[in-house]
Amino acid sequence: MIRFVLQRLIQTIPVVWVIVTATFFMIRFVPGGPFTAERAVTPEILKNLEAHYGLNKPLYQQYLDYCGKILRGDLGPSFKYPTRSVNEIIAEKLPVSVELGLLSLSVALGVGLPLGVLAAVKRNTWIDYLCSSFAMVGICIPTFVMGPILILIFAIHLGWFNASGWYGPIDRVLPSLTLGMVYAAYVARLTRGGMLEVLSQDYIRTARAKGASETRVIMRHALRGGLTPVVSFLGPAIAGIVTGSFVIETIFQIPGIGREFVNSAFNRDYTLVLGTVVLYAAFIIGMNLVVDVVQVWLNPKLKFD
Amino acid sequence: MKPEDTERGHSLWSDAWHRLKSNHLAIAGAVVLVVLTLACAGGPIFSQSYEEQNLDLGAVPPCAAHWLGTDTLGRDLFARILYGGRISITVGLVATFVALAIGVTYGAVSGFIGGKVDAVMMRLVDILYALPFAIFVILLMVFFGRNIFLLFFAIGAVEWLTMARIVRGQVLSIKKMEFIEAARALGLGRRRIIFRHLIPNVLGPVIVYTTLTIPAVMLLEAFLSFLGLGVQAPMSSWGVLIKDGSEKMEEFWWLLVFPGALFSLTLFSLNFLGDGLRDALDVRASKD
Repeated sequence: MIRFVLQRLIQTIPVVWVIVTATFFMIRFVPGGPFTAERAVTPEILKNLEAHYGLNKPLYQQYLDYCGKILRGDLGPSFKYPTRSVNEIIAEKLPVSVELGLLSLSVALGVGLPLGVLAAVKRNTWIDYLCSSFAMVGICIPTFVMGPILILIFAIHLGWFNASGWYGPIDRVLPSLTLGMVYAAYVARLTRGGMLEVLSQDYIRTARAKGASETRVIMRHALRGGLTPVVSFLGPAIAGIVTGSFVIETIFQIPGIGREFVNSAFNRDYTLVLGTVVLYAAFIIGMNLVVDVVQVWLNPKLKFD
Repeated sequence: MKPEDTERGHSLWSDAWHRLKSNHLAIAGAVVLVVLTLACAGGPIFSQSYEEQNLDLGAVPPCAAHWLGTDTLGRDLFARILYGGRISITVGLVATFVALAIGVTYGAVSGFIGGKVDAVMMRLVDILYALPFAIFVILLMVFFGRNIFLLFFAIGAVEWLTMARIVRGQVLSIKKMEFIEAARALGLGRRRIIFRHLIPNVLGPVIVYTTLTIPAVMLLEAFLSFLGLGVQAPMSSWGVLIKDGSEKMEEFWWLLVFPGALFSLTLFSLNFLGDGLRDALDVRASKD
């Protein structure tokens, strides 16, 4: 297994390098720079600014400098927040997004798994139809419709929550529910499918014949196999939660890294854009690796190769 | 009974059609989609203007003159939704077509040639799968202006990967069959075998997956529009309307609820139709 992980990590390096290079040059080839939007900067000041950030050097030199910095773990200074480095901004905003992501993932699994198992066990009863319709609703109402509607009902009309902000624990409820529900719906659907497939297999009949209780059959025997499709969905789900947080952080005005990324793109804050892209890429690739390992671990038929 | 009726066998397609007909949800979905598409395509000709402002009127709730109310500039919401639907549906169809063209060609070539080429091509797809593509689409849209053609291309370029995998899997299993052998024995070229014999036989899964790609594409467009990166005013799409509505929902709930409901209804219909087609054509939803 260690060999598998190492091999995959080594494969990751060129991928991250390609992402860094592609993003770096893509940003530079577009019109407009980080200082063009600011009002009336005199040419001398502009020159000084560019010299300060090394923007007057040839492009390849800037690129090499940047690569060198990344290797040392330094993502450079931000252009829009002159006194701060990208590392500082990420260190401040990332924990917020990670918290939101983890909470949403818990909602997705905490709601989706039980519903999916229930639907499979009670196949073709009203319970199954109820769970399956819930899943369809969750999949078809996008977060940017669901979020505002939840705010409208629960924050504005009922006054149970704040409409926006990220202060107390109560502010975590609506955003994590909104972001988590979509994935809860997918998880429920996949769990139902996976469980149905497993429940018809011989080893389940064997377990029942042995006299194992129905709960034990489901929890001990079926769930492990039935979870395989859910686990392989977790990779894309995590990537989706990450990008979904752009919208959620905008709707609920949460000071996380997702909103920062979108703003930095609008502001042409080169280093901040690059820093966040590198971060996201590394994170998503890393998560896919974790998912692959868990998958083999759950399913003895698969092997590391 | 006429003699030809007894002799005619059931083709795959007529079988599938019979199964689809008995799936009421899928048929309802298809009907809703046809009605919506016709309404969006033809409706703006008959309805009130989508861009004519009436500042004295302002935002009024649904009433007889304006079925779904008006927005803060006094523009008729019903007309704006129909017009926005045009853009959303067009983006959905065109970008899906881009994804379809790339995915089917890539998958068919990879599966048909096989061997090392296949291994390299599929490894590339694996790597691309792992990339945070939504992030690149956002960057593209920010940096290169919010051009609608770029939007088609960018979304299509993101969504072709799964299609390529599905087609490759199908091609791998079909190319071992005898009629391909026969085509080869007849001396047909590779290109002709791929386009003439392989692709028509992988149509089932491709149709199913296409119906499921359209909602994904429309979601992505609305997602971009919501972030302010989609189509620009005075053009409008459902994503733009939802974004505007969510900003003004405290006072004018209808601006959010109607576009949101219609968009969700479309996604519902597409998903039901896609699921129905999958059952009808008996396609296993395998990812590899």
